[in-house]
Amino acid sequence: MTRAARMPSAARAILDGDRRVLARVISQVENRDPTVAPISRALYSRTHAAPIVGVAGPLGVGKSSLINLLVGRLRELDRTVAVVAVDPSSPFSGGSVLGDRIRFERRADDPGVFFRSMASRGEPGGVAAATREVARLMDAAGFDLILVETVGSGQVDVAIRDIATTSVVVLVPHLGDEVQTLKAGLFEIADVFCVNKSDLPGAEIARRDLAELVGLGASRSGWAPPVVLTSTSPPSGIDALWSAVESHERYLDSSGRRTVEERRRLSVEIVERVRERVGDELSARLDRDPALRKLLDEVASRSIDPRTAADRLDRGSVRAR
Amino acid sequence: MARPTKGSPIRVLIAKPGLDGHDRGAKVVARALRDAGFEVIYAGLRQTPEEIVRAALEEDVDLIGLSILSGAHMALFPKVLALLKKENAGDLPVFAGGIIPDEDARRLKKAGIRAIFGPGTSLEEIVTTAQKLARSAA
Repeated sequence: MTRAARMPSAARAILDGDRRVLARVISQVENRDPTVAPISRALYSRTHAAPIVGVAGPLGVGKSSLINLLVGRLRELDRTVAVVAVDPSSPFSGGSVLGDRIRFERRADDPGVFFRSMASRGEPGGVAAATREVARLMDAAGFDLILVETVGSGQVDVAIRDIATTSVVVLVPHLGDEVQTLKAGLFEIADVFCVNKSDLPGAEIARRDLAELVGLGASRSGWAPPVVLTSTSPPSGIDALWSAVESHERYLDSSGRRTVEERRRLSVEIVERVRERVGDELSARLDRDPALRKLLDEVASRSIDPRTAADRLDRGSVRAR
Repeated sequence: MARPTKGSPIRVLIAKPGLDGHDRGAKVVARALRDAGFEVIYAGLRQTPEEIVRAALEEDVDLIGLSILSGAHMALFPKVLALLKKENAGDLPVFAGGIIPDEDARRLKKAGIRAIFGPGTSLEEIVTTAQKLARSAA
């Protein structure tokens, strides 16, 4: 087939399970290397829509440890799994310490697992700009399931909603009273609530507050997020957590929500791509292009306001050289 | 496959092979590298050579830093180098720090460890060397 013949060799290697090539192409995506486009294009039709399970929640609630145990459980069930764990980049140096791997205890020779740490590189919302596309590469590489661990920035850790098919929100006892659960943000994106460190006092109160929140509900589209109690040392509740994720995935199919949500996520992705391109081009031009620099001068000297400047750019009345 | 994109952060794996639990040095170096703009994958304590090499390949790092204070460096470092070679990644630069006698350091360098930092090395020197090693590999 001519189409197969034209497939880039890196795409072919990823489909054939070459983890080295997968790792390198992931870096290319992170580095916004334009040569990745044909690989990405060739692989898109070969993805099999593997479930993407997001694990979000404030820092220190045990997301990495839970993922470690979930991966163990999935391997027992003979499911292959890839993990993307996102940690923050420094706003000062751009560097980061990616420490989620520490909690990860897998046999070094198990080909059914792939773990990748990722820096957020300035992206707000708890994931990196590259996370979605990296998850898709892992899907193309044949993994049955992708787990995404968010940064753990807390109340605004919500971008995972635009990537994951199921979002697990992890909390611990004593994070706050029941009014916290009413706040917008993190609590709204949960498909499954997980109260981790449930061996600590207060777990039952946290569970009750969350159950009450779910009950207040008008739960969107007929799904009431279950509340699962877990602990990671010693492990407990991991089976229940996995069952809750699976029921949500089944609900997506039986209710028809999977297609609706998929279309929503794809539209977000397309808009983001355009925004990124237009934004990058404009930022670069504001520095270089005399016409745009002049516009910036006018705003800086207060002769026009930023909104008017944006209108002019949008209408194309300011042109490049 | 070299890194084509200018300005992308250097990715480095910092790991402690073997059984000693003294990770302060590794943490101090990880932090210094972070502050110099590196993306540091911190693998932490008690890593086997197999785990270290697997992590390095999955994370697609530009270099590996090993910290050891147990005295087992002559057993563990060559094992890491051999595994890298076996995985066709023998060109991935490896540097090391810890308590390593001069004679051992000479032999390890001969075996392929690119730089060895003893106690008292300035963080500046470690950062600069790491940058040079990553660039030489790209």
